[in-house]
Amino acid sequence: MLLAFLGSLILWARDATGEPAVTWLALGTGTGGLQIELGLKLDPLSRLMLLVVTGVGSAIHIYSWGYLHADRNRGRYFAGLSLFTFAMLGIVLANNFLMLFIFWELVGVSSYLLIGFWFARPAAAEAAKKAFLTNRLGDFGFLLGIILVWAALGTLSFTELEARLADDPAALGAAASVAGLLIFCGAMGKSAQFPLHVWLPDAMEGPTPVSALIHAATMVAAGVYMLCRVFFVLAVPGSVALELIAWIGGVTALLAALLAVQQNDIKRILAYSTLSQLGYMVLAVGVSGASRDPSVAMYHLTTHAGFKALLFLGAGSVIHALHHEQDIWKMGGLSRRLPITFWTFLLATLALCGVPPLSGFYSKDAIIARTLESGHHGLFALATLVAALTTFYMFRLVFVAFTGPAKSQAADHARESPPVMTLPLLALAVPSVLAGFWGIHRVYGAQYGAEPAAAGSWAQQLVEPFAHAPLAAGAGLAAALMGWLGAWAWYRAALQDPLPARFATVARWLRDRLYFDELYERLIGWTQESLARLADGVDRWVIMGVAVKGTHGTFELLGRLLRLAQTGNLQTYAFVLVAGVALLLFLVMAR
Amino acid sequence: MSVGLTHYLVVSLLLFCLGLFGVLVRRNLLVMFMSLELMLNAANLALVAFARYHHNLSGQIMVFFIITVAAAEVAVGLALIVALYRQRRTAHVEDLASLRL
Repeated sequence: MLLAFLGSLILWARDATGEPAVTWLALGTGTGGLQIELGLKLDPLSRLMLLVVTGVGSAIHIYSWGYLHADRNRGRYFAGLSLFTFAMLGIVLANNFLMLFIFWELVGVSSYLLIGFWFARPAAAEAAKKAFLTNRLGDFGFLLGIILVWAALGTLSFTELEARLADDPAALGAAASVAGLLIFCGAMGKSAQFPLHVWLPDAMEGPTPVSALIHAATMVAAGVYMLCRVFFVLAVPGSVALELIAWIGGVTALLAALLAVQQNDIKRILAYSTLSQLGYMVLAVGVSGASRDPSVAMYHLTTHAGFKALLFLGAGSVIHALHHEQDIWKMGGLSRRLPITFWTFLLATLALCGVPPLSGFYSKDAIIARTLESGHHGLFALATLVAALTTFYMFRLVFVAFTGPAKSQAADHARESPPVMTLPLLALAVPSVLAGFWGIHRVYGAQYGAEPAAAGSWAQQLVEPFAHAPLAAGAGLAAALMGWLGAWAWYRAALQDPLPARFATVARWLRDRLYFDELYERLIGWTQESLARLADGVDRWVIMGVAVKGTHGTFELLGRLLRLAQTGNLQTYAFVLVAGVALLLFLVMAR
Repeated sequence: MSVGLTHYLVVSLLLFCLGLFGVLVRRNLLVMFMSLELMLNAANLALVAFARYHHNLSGQIMVFFIITVAAAEVAVGLALIVALYRQRRTAHVEDLASLRL
């Protein structure tokens, strides 16, 4: 893993681009045939994503060694993790839709395996199944989208597709919106966007490093990565796909942020936070239609991968120290007991909340500014609100879990995790703090043909957002401040959650996740029940009744009729014989 | 009035109908069997008459064949009837309906 990271660094340093490809399968010939190539695509987008995957992946592999040191099934765990990394790198490097799809599915499988790593726990097994099925639902749309694109343009290679769409933007015709939305379906499943968001919080049943790697930093980001990769399909003029994508992203961000406010499981809070940030990224893709440059989404993806992995690993460290206690109301006072975990966690929280000069501020600000620039004022307000909520729930978590008195025995006797776990925390803290200065958005910008802006000095970069779009930066900061004040007022010294007492109904709704699971259960249950009833009716009446019983009945009736002729009386037979002969004679003679 | 072909054929037809009638209405197997022989002989009579009036011997040769076959048939048929009688103590067709379902 570390070797892979070093390799990516070398690729990065050498500024490598290229697209080696071999033809893997050729179905049919000529222009109508399906040529499937197995190829790699290296460009700024995939190079930086490689760094993210291998970098975060390395930290998490090392961390897992400490987290799972007592688990008998460590071999299976690392096999799953490696399979995931392989598949994820496949997605990053794929140069055509089909390869992307194959690795996409592989990622889904490894995610399934790792969520269900503790398969003996029913909740984990259920969560794995749920994640897999929900993903399949999205992937079905994705596959349809791929087929649609292939049917319209006759190629699956990204390079060729882009060239073709650049030549003739109307090549997809009326199917553009449909294709875009179908492809977005895949991202919707993988990146857990509303309404397919339900699997991600449940996926927290897996081991915490898995949650960090797969369900926070990389796999769920694959959806966003894919959207950026095929942005040229989505951004076809006349397609409404982007507008819808923006709104779905916005709704997801808001919904998840609201739900996070009333969760008590430390990992679930982070899961909803991930959902919310993914919503941000999707929103960023959606509002980038005018500028034809979704680099802000990738920017946030990159910084988010760093600090969210850090948050999850910090949460894992807390859980590990507290012997698998995940309820934040049974923690408290951990800042003294787990200093390294606390400080790195706090840094990541600040980054997530968008406090300058940490990385999250720059990327989040870029998104809010882009929303404002593109004229989506509703989405701008929504994004700002989400920023406030983000700070609120994150500091609720920090205040409750890390400050105040210890609320349980375990919290009182917690000990800091071993270095094999804290070192990755420290390593990940670096990008969380500094990623804002590395000019990541410029790298991604190059992918979409933006003119490379001159990198200013550190001081200039520090204040760049304020100079660039003061309103957005100000709004983001004000939102963060408000959220912090709210959390400070309510949770600074709370021993139990004050919200359910004040807003009982709302709090209950939020805690029960707005009843999405129940709704889906009913809906799917109802659909399945009616389908089953229909199938049963068809089986009972059409197949059993008409086909089986009808055939059998007809022949039985015929048999009974024929039996009447068999009297067993010799003379009756003789008479019939004679009558038959007479009839034949008559017929022959009468001519 | 000279006796012509038609007379023979009429006699033959009468014989045949008598035989047929016997087969259809008599209940005793032995009598039915005899009626059957009557029908065969009616056919023989017709064949001989045709051979005589057409000056063609093949009709008479056919009669020989029929008599031979009839003899064989009588042997087999009587043997069957005797066997049946020994088994069932009856030669009445209405009692021999075990083929009926």
